[in-house]
Amino acid sequence: MNLKFNNKLITGILTILPANEVKFEDEIANYNFSEAKSLKLKMAMGYNTHRIVEEGVTISDLCIFGFNYLFEKEILKKEEIDAIILVTQSPEYFMPPTSNVIQGKLGLKQDMICMDINQGCAGFEIGLIQAFMLLEQEAINKVVLLNADVLSQKVSKRDRNSNPLIGDGASITIIEKTENKNSIFANIKMDGTAFDALIIPAGGFKTPSTPATSEMIEDAAGNFRSLNNLVMKGDAVFNFVQKEVPPMIDNLLKYSGYQRENVDYFMFHQPNKFMLQKLADKMGVPYHKMPNNIVENFGNASGVSIPTAITFNLGQKLIKEKYKICLAGFGVGLTWSSILIDLGNLDFCEIINY
Amino acid sequence: MKQQIINILQEIRPEFDFSQNFNFIEEGMLDSFDIVSLVTTLDEKYHISIDGMDILPENFATVDSIINLLIKNGVNQ
Repeated sequence: MNLKFNNKLITGILTILPANEVKFEDEIANYNFSEAKSLKLKMAMGYNTHRIVEEGVTISDLCIFGFNYLFEKEILKKEEIDAIILVTQSPEYFMPPTSNVIQGKLGLKQDMICMDINQGCAGFEIGLIQAFMLLEQEAINKVVLLNADVLSQKVSKRDRNSNPLIGDGASITIIEKTENKNSIFANIKMDGTAFDALIIPAGGFKTPSTPATSEMIEDAAGNFRSLNNLVMKGDAVFNFVQKEVPPMIDNLLKYSGYQRENVDYFMFHQPNKFMLQKLADKMGVPYHKMPNNIVENFGNASGVSIPTAITFNLGQKLIKEKYKICLAGFGVGLTWSSILIDLGNLDFCEIINY
Repeated sequence: MKQQIINILQEIRPEFDFSQNFNFIEEGMLDSFDIVSLVTTLDEKYHISIDGMDILPENFATVDSIINLLIKNGVNQ
């Protein structure tokens, strides 16, 4: 599905990362890798350092910390916020929505919309699309998009498929109306037949958590995880990404009328370094235009990986400069989405530690 | 080329004998992480980038299937 939005823009991005760093070398003993294999995979996959929250830290802690930073610096005013969209797969409760919890704790006005969206790897694009749609309303002038996840708590420490790559974090993105004529192009696709390619099997109403679902079971590759843990069909997800993402970007560029060469950066979701390099090779995009350094520095925090890639790789450049950027997220759902947007002259674009 | 590939495989999983005519996937001699290591090594050695769409277990099941994959990706035998 192709979508087009006019007169909207992003005016700031803040990434909030846990200060707690965990190193791959300290976790090698958890996995059944030889040392030589570990080193090879470290280079290929980007296993290195990931940011993990301390026990008890939730997504609202990260988001509220980020909000207060912006309020204190007077970059954002409470009364201006007309909507909060929170995209997460680690809500604090089944009910109420965590966005309402955040609104209450911050003391924001009642005359606003709060909504949670259950999405992950494509969560930045899904959230932006929702923000653009809300901004079509006369009453809504400023939307705050929160992407936040602390999924490390749902990954088995003895699962070499997922644990070395996982990261926690949150991001705050401000989206507003503009008088300037501009167009933002987007597309989105979903395939729920592969809903179990990335899944936490137990803990919801379908399969409630019980002592039996907590039992650790060894799979064929020697990983230990329970039904309460995140499980990923790595091969299937890899092949889905390689098959669907390049034509999605071709379609987006064709729809927008822009050439690939006119795109300054391809800021893509980063499941692992190997997958991103293979995508860049297939699409004929030089690596410097498609950064792949988030997993090795911070881990993959789902929908937070793109805001992290932007703030880490472009940061202060986006205060003064403007770039044409292609965003793409792909994963859980399955969901895949991309957006072509002019990004720049931002009020803020940085990373802070919690 | 055949011996070069056997040597690379042997380096990745020294506990197995890759000169035998086994199906490496069915026999559990290569897992998905071994395939990542293998692709990275082959890309470096032959100065290619194996197409992501070709990174399927069946293309790494035997030495011959790996050779066919390399040829498909532009390596001269």
